Amino acid sequence: MSALSLLPARRPVPGVFVALTLTLTIGWLVVLFDGGQLFNQSTTVSLLHVAAGLGLVAVGQTLVILGGSLDLSVAYVISLSTLVAAETMNGSDGAVLPAIGLVLVVSAGVGLLNGLLVTRFRVNAFIATLGVGLLLKGYLDNGYDGPAGATAPSLVQSLGYQRVGPVPVSFLLLIVVTAAAWFALSRTRFGHHLVAVGGDPEVARLSGVRNDRVLVTAHVLCSMCAGLAGIYLASRLGSGAPRVGTEGLYDLESIAAVVIGGTALAGGRGGVIGTVGGVLLLASIDAIFNQLEVDAFFKQVIRGVIIIAAVAVYARRAMRKAA
Amino acid sequence: MQTVQPRSLPLRLPRVRPGGVLPILVILAVLLVLVGIRQPDFLAPPSLMSFLGRSAPIILLAAGQYFVIVSGEFDLSVGSLVTAQVVVAARLIDSDPARTWPVVLLLLAFGALVGLVNGLITTRLRVPSFITTLGMFLILVGAVYLWSDGAPKGGLSEEFRRFGRRAFEDVPLLGRVPYALLVLVVLAVAAVLLMRSDFGRTLVAVGDNPRTAELSGVRVWRTRTFAFILSGLAAAVAAILLGGYSGVSFQAGAGLEFGAITAVVLGGVALGGGRGAVVGAMLGALTLELLFALMNFYGVSGALRSTVQGGIILLAVAVSATRSSSR
Repeated sequence: MSALSLLPARRPVPGVFVALTLTLTIGWLVVLFDGGQLFNQSTTVSLLHVAAGLGLVAVGQTLVILGGSLDLSVAYVISLSTLVAAETMNGSDGAVLPAIGLVLVVSAGVGLLNGLLVTRFRVNAFIATLGVGLLLKGYLDNGYDGPAGATAPSLVQSLGYQRVGPVPVSFLLLIVVTAAAWFALSRTRFGHHLVAVGGDPEVARLSGVRNDRVLVTAHVLCSMCAGLAGIYLASRLGSGAPRVGTEGLYDLESIAAVVIGGTALAGGRGGVIGTVGGVLLLASIDAIFNQLEVDAFFKQVIRGVIIIAAVAVYARRAMRKAA
Repeated sequence: MQTVQPRSLPLRLPRVRPGGVLPILVILAVLLVLVGIRQPDFLAPPSLMSFLGRSAPIILLAAGQYFVIVSGEFDLSVGSLVTAQVVVAARLIDSDPARTWPVVLLLLAFGALVGLVNGLITTRLRVPSFITTLGMFLILVGAVYLWSDGAPKGGLSEEFRRFGRRAFEDVPLLGRVPYALLVLVVLAVAAVLLMRSDFGRTLVAVGDNPRTAELSGVRVWRTRTFAFILSGLAAAVAAILLGGYSGVSFQAGAGLEFGAITAVVLGGVALGGGRGAVVGAMLGALTLELLFALMNFYGVSGALRSTVQGGIILLAVAVSATRSSSR
């Protein structure tokens, strides 16, 4: 789908931050003109909350996309995780750690399944993760009609609502996860191998990379990120929600955020910092439109246009570079 | 998405691998037998004809999706396009029979236009089709809600609805032939003929190896754009039939894109392009519908539909993938 560069193109200056700054500046002016205030406490907090949820998923999604795969099952993993977390805790503070552990194990299991299907069974990633997502959807639809379980109050207070100044704890969690992912990608063997596999699987294999193992790891990490997002949402909502992942369009939005962040959908180029930029961009647009009280449906139209336009700009740049 | 790049076999045959349709025919036959055991009445002509009529929209969508997939792209926008079409039709017709035909033409034009835009953005602006059609999905859903203020307005005329719900009654031998089935048969034949024409061969060649196709003088962007237009048109026809059959709702097309992609893959068509037959894709859709009917007969909860769908698709693709890689 794209020209593969063999250079370690790991440090693209993410144009998304330029776009983000522009958006925030223009948005701030427009909101000001409209008689509102974009950067007051409550809008900033809610912006960062939106970014935290989507961001956790998108960082994981970045890993698989960098490796030339993708994960459509994250939305269902999120829903499942909220339920696993809330039902295990069942309102008791003592069960927080076991619940978090269980969520991570379950989501890692889903990631393992995705990874094995993609590598061992050579199923196209789109189909493999769609299929796994459908399996989970059936389980959720069959077993749950509405919210279930109860998140431990201590977790609701901490991860769900506590903040340091205007920055929610959940956003700090996102920063930590992003930093870890950044470190893994740029400083560890796994990261270098992952980018190599995404760039050209054949070349990577011939250079001694164990493609399968690297990709499976990426899938496991991606699902675990979705699991974390599930824990966050459970602590936000106070219970498990069987449809929260799909209703939030977390699967498609996370892929969109990754791509807006400058990571090539075909793999091999990009990084998590750009992804966080993409997430913040989507969240800012949301916040600005909320301030302007723009119709929710119009917001979606604009969102679609922005996603296409952003990728078109990247594609143009890549073409010019190639020429 | 390059992990499972199918190693293209150095076959010089212009036709696609023969036997691509065979597995799906076997699965279909097995399902028919199972249905026959459980519910023999189902196989009686009248109910079978009705079933085929009901399945027409998804079969057409699968055919439309096939054109895009075999050329190496995706169309995730068809589900939202169907929803948009149904809602637009209801609002424009507003229960006035005189407006039926103009609106039908308008819907076809609208479908073709959406396909054209998808195609041009994908081919000219080099945006991956996954993103193009995902963006189009968001735009269409948002726009249609916006335009109708959150609840469908107007209504379809009986003239419009008859395509999806009426039938020629008292046909000898068959009992009844739904209009939808006739539409399906005509368009299916057209699709097969199209794939046998030069255009069809070009389309497969483009999906198999766009570079080679380009170098041999094919205008790849035109071919792919045309595939998107065909998918948009298929969605328009599917919307007309679905709107007639099940009425107007914002859920009219929900999830149909994944259903169509499932069907296409089930029919032995390779994602990434270049392999598979349109008949396979349509049979895949029929198989999926038959499977759901069968689950119904065995009293499986509707909620488990997606689990079964997921299991089947994984199984089918894993089996075909391991088989082709062991060769």
